Amino acid sequence: MNNEAANSGTLFMDPDVDKAREFFRNKSRKMVSKVTTIKEAVAELISDGDYLAVGGFGTNRVPTAVLHEIVRQRKKHLGLSGHTATHDCQVLAAGDCFDRCDVAYVVGLEARGLSSASRRAFESGKVKAVEWSNAALAWRYKAAAMGIPFMPGRIMMGTDTAKYSAFKEIECPYTNIKLAALPALYPDVGIIHVHRADVYGNCQIDGITVSDQDMARAAKRLIITTERIISNDDIRRQPERTIIPYYYVDAVIEVPYGAYPCNMPYEYFSDEEHLRDWLEAEKTEEGLLDFLNKYIHGTSNFYEYLQLCGGMEKIKKLRNLELLINSNNTGSAE
Amino acid sequence: MSYNSMELMIVVASRNLEDNSTVVVGTGAPCAAAMLAQKTFAPNLLIFFEAGGVGAQMPTMPISVGDSRTFYKGLIASSMPEIMETCQQGMVDYTFLGGAQIDMYGNLNSTMIGTDHDRPKVRMPGSGGANDLASLCWRTMVMTVQNPKRFVEKCDFVTTPGYLSGPGARERAGLPPGTGPYKVITDLCVMGYDKETCRMKVESIHPGITREQVEKNTGFELLWADELKVTEPPTEKELSILRNEVDPLRYIIGRGA
Repeated sequence: MNNEAANSGTLFMDPDVDKAREFFRNKSRKMVSKVTTIKEAVAELISDGDYLAVGGFGTNRVPTAVLHEIVRQRKKHLGLSGHTATHDCQVLAAGDCFDRCDVAYVVGLEARGLSSASRRAFESGKVKAVEWSNAALAWRYKAAAMGIPFMPGRIMMGTDTAKYSAFKEIECPYTNIKLAALPALYPDVGIIHVHRADVYGNCQIDGITVSDQDMARAAKRLIITTERIISNDDIRRQPERTIIPYYYVDAVIEVPYGAYPCNMPYEYFSDEEHLRDWLEAEKTEEGLLDFLNKYIHGTSNFYEYLQLCGGMEKIKKLRNLELLINSNNTGSAE
Repeated sequence: MSYNSMELMIVVASRNLEDNSTVVVGTGAPCAAAMLAQKTFAPNLLIFFEAGGVGAQMPTMPISVGDSRTFYKGLIASSMPEIMETCQQGMVDYTFLGGAQIDMYGNLNSTMIGTDHDRPKVRMPGSGGANDLASLCWRTMVMTVQNPKRFVEKCDFVTTPGYLSGPGARERAGLPPGTGPYKVITDLCVMGYDKETCRMKVESIHPGITREQVEKNTGFELLWADELKVTEPPTEKELSILRNEVDPLRYIIGRGA
């Protein structure tokens, strides 16, 4: 790139830790039931213009049900933390929901290919992109979770990623080395799908946590969807398993299979066939519109979508795949 | 025994790893190379995935860097910060990366094609973890097919640091000293980097490939090792393990020409 301007990107979110402390000072600590519906959580906790962070890793443990509802309620002008954003970026781009993005990984679905709708969103100039990396966004969440204005890191420096980023370089006061000062990122809303939560929002995650431990603490409001609601006694039986404590959580919704068509570790594998349908449908604006009308706008909730995609029989197949059950069983109940 | 170009690349890449070392891989060919190394000469090669999986005993090739195969029977199901911090702390020896473009210093582009960042001709995913891994792991390897569209004089966008503008540039930029590009393994040859100039240097040409073919498929001037070798072809044992144990469903090796 010819532009030599140093780190010319916009810093979308304020890293002011004292303002954030004031916010968290006033956040409720009440241990009350936060059980609600997807519809209400999205209507009440997400406003046009908010900056979103999505948990999981792209096609793994993403909160699909909430993402669909954001599209269904036609939320607009959102900001997006593009931290390992694959299917999540694809869904939100399909709904034309966001117009600014901190990019670490967007547009692609790893080896499956590039999402055409996401490409159009960025290539048309509609989405303002500022470049980061996966570690940069992970550590920006961590800084916010720690209540410090930045986290130093030894990344991005010297590249165009840095030129189109929004961090500043500093010198270490002890060793004089150069460091990238990665500004704290406090998303307005975080959305995370977990394996188990109690009604108050104490959460357990099985398998890798990606960046969700920090993101949950960095987000000002936090929506949790869970495969299963468990009792508070179950939480207290294994307190070392509580990865997100209730006081960060604003909404809890039980959504079994809520990460479909993505992989939920130990529960169900990704539906590669349906993910291919997504990539195919997006190729034209018309195809995408038909697809959205069928699967999202034409359904009133996530379960109608799941039903359209094959329902429990499909889920059974994906469970067999995940659990490495070699079976010719098509998933039928007979 | 005959083999395709993907099988050759995976075998050659696997030989560049070491036993009792650590490597961060993505899905696809790099993962296959690391698994092959484990099953041939490097049983204690420890595989990391950037989403948090460490030391998995993978039952099948993962589809995603964060899918459940990446920590199946693993040592730790950790997190992205955990893996990146382990790299930054100095415990990770190798990583494998790819990109749409690479230049003579090993700089990689996975962000965009075009000249206007606000309106790119093609928007690609961006760094993901690539910039981090190339900044922090000791040795970076690249596996890719070689053609002039990919091997370019200048990347449209430097997403991920190779040797940047040459000797000393990484250190001047603030990246950890002693890190940097190590090998480039393509369907035509194996390249390293010249110590003096930090430029890409051909070390061995694959059997049946000519010097002219390599030059024709490279968009910049290559350096050549004084003692240019012919790449050792895959052994029967390597191919049989790759085909029967690493990638029996031919997800990766099926893509080879």
